[in-house]
Amino acid sequence: MSKRRVVVTGLGSINPLGNNVQDTWDNLVNGVSGIDHITSFDTSELPVTFAGEVKNFDANEYMGKQHARKLDRSGHLSIHATEEALKDAGLDLEERLGSNVGIVFGTGIGGIAATENAVRTYDEKGPTRVNPLAITQLMPNSSTGQVAIKFGIEGPSLTITTACAASANAVGEAKNMIENGIVDMVVTGGTESGTTPMTIAAFAQIRALSTKNDSPKEACKPFDKDRDGFVMGEGSTVLVMESEESANKRGAEIYAYVTGYGATTDAYHITAPAEGGAGAVKAMEKAIEDAEIHSSDIDYINAHGTSTPANDKNETEAIKTVLGEKAYEVVISSTKSMTGHLLGGGGAFESMASILSIKHSKVPPTINLNDPDEECDLNYTPNNAVDLSINTAMSNSFGFGGHNAVLVFKKS
Amino acid sequence: MEVNEVFEKVKNLFVEELGLDADKVTMDAKLEEDLEIDSLGIVEVVMAFEDEFGIEIDDEELTDVATVGQAVNLLHSKL
Repeated sequence: MSKRRVVVTGLGSINPLGNNVQDTWDNLVNGVSGIDHITSFDTSELPVTFAGEVKNFDANEYMGKQHARKLDRSGHLSIHATEEALKDAGLDLEERLGSNVGIVFGTGIGGIAATENAVRTYDEKGPTRVNPLAITQLMPNSSTGQVAIKFGIEGPSLTITTACAASANAVGEAKNMIENGIVDMVVTGGTESGTTPMTIAAFAQIRALSTKNDSPKEACKPFDKDRDGFVMGEGSTVLVMESEESANKRGAEIYAYVTGYGATTDAYHITAPAEGGAGAVKAMEKAIEDAEIHSSDIDYINAHGTSTPANDKNETEAIKTVLGEKAYEVVISSTKSMTGHLLGGGGAFESMASILSIKHSKVPPTINLNDPDEECDLNYTPNNAVDLSINTAMSNSFGFGGHNAVLVFKKS
Repeated sequence: MEVNEVFEKVKNLFVEELGLDADKVTMDAKLEEDLEIDSLGIVEVVMAFEDEFGIEIDDEELTDVATVGQAVNLLHSKL
């Protein structure tokens, strides 16, 4: 049986660049940074004092305090992004989506803030005062369950926790579900709101974060010689994916096709990428094979591009291994330069960025790239967006744990 | 403390802590059906009562509590 074609018909996002898809795209192509000094808690004791935060979003105002209290912030963001995506796909929010619709979400660390709050209460007031909602807020599948309840999604549900590759894996697994006829539609994507004093301290302890506290907007500089680590970010991005047949039957507008998914594991080191990005190479090759294209067909690569010394060098090497001479021609960019690292929400955001690049024939830049590293010598679209007719785009995501997930999107 | 004083305190807790609409919190309001307080929410409500009134409530005492009024009467009897 031939595999069914999978399309994207709805997008929703809330992230450091905007609280909807349109604002996000405008800021992406204008090279705006969503990174700034942290406002949600006191950073005076911390080695890193900036991040990409979602702005002007009050969950109590959005969903009412009685409901908002039941969710962690990562859950609030996922409900908001899902609502936008379902509306964008032309679905009726008053109707339950039912058992022919699945949900696959990715998150890196789930409701970590809820975990921290519960531990604090336990220490200060004892076991009888721990929040009875703590478990349902902190479990990584909390958003998946809450979104399913809110919109009546009764098909299969999965929550994927492969760190910074999580929501790319989610999109890939959603593709598999639809391709194989398990369901006709999957609501997929990811969410993360893991910027807390503890996580900043812990990431800083392993020297993973940029410490450019004086210049937050210029701190995330993928592929630049002066890059010194990633920048924490938060946000949720959701895609409505369905079979081409289902989209046509509904008369839904198609953004793009999801044609390739490659997933591998480094099995090398828990944080460091394998030499030369060996696992990343295999994931890209598998995604290209799955999409039934040649590596030279790729017009745009949305890089993982975290701005850590190790990632950007190894990812560059991996792209060269996969694309050969064509690596010097392909257009690449890292949108993390503007959003920061959305961790488990990153793959879905960057899928959206790739899809919108195809739709608008425009590539968002890698900002803050002024002095490229000698070992990063490809075309990363420095500082200004470029017009480009894109038929095929590839999005790379790699996570702590050695998880690699690569997706290929096509115009038609 | 008079019953109506207990009710006012309870109402205040429901509005401030749980984010409920003040108009909905009446003596006759059913906790689950009218106020959408589910089994997880009840645990929170009990914690809030214990803190506010300085008492302890056993799970068994809650068996017959289904409305705001019944909760208010239980609290009143324990003060």
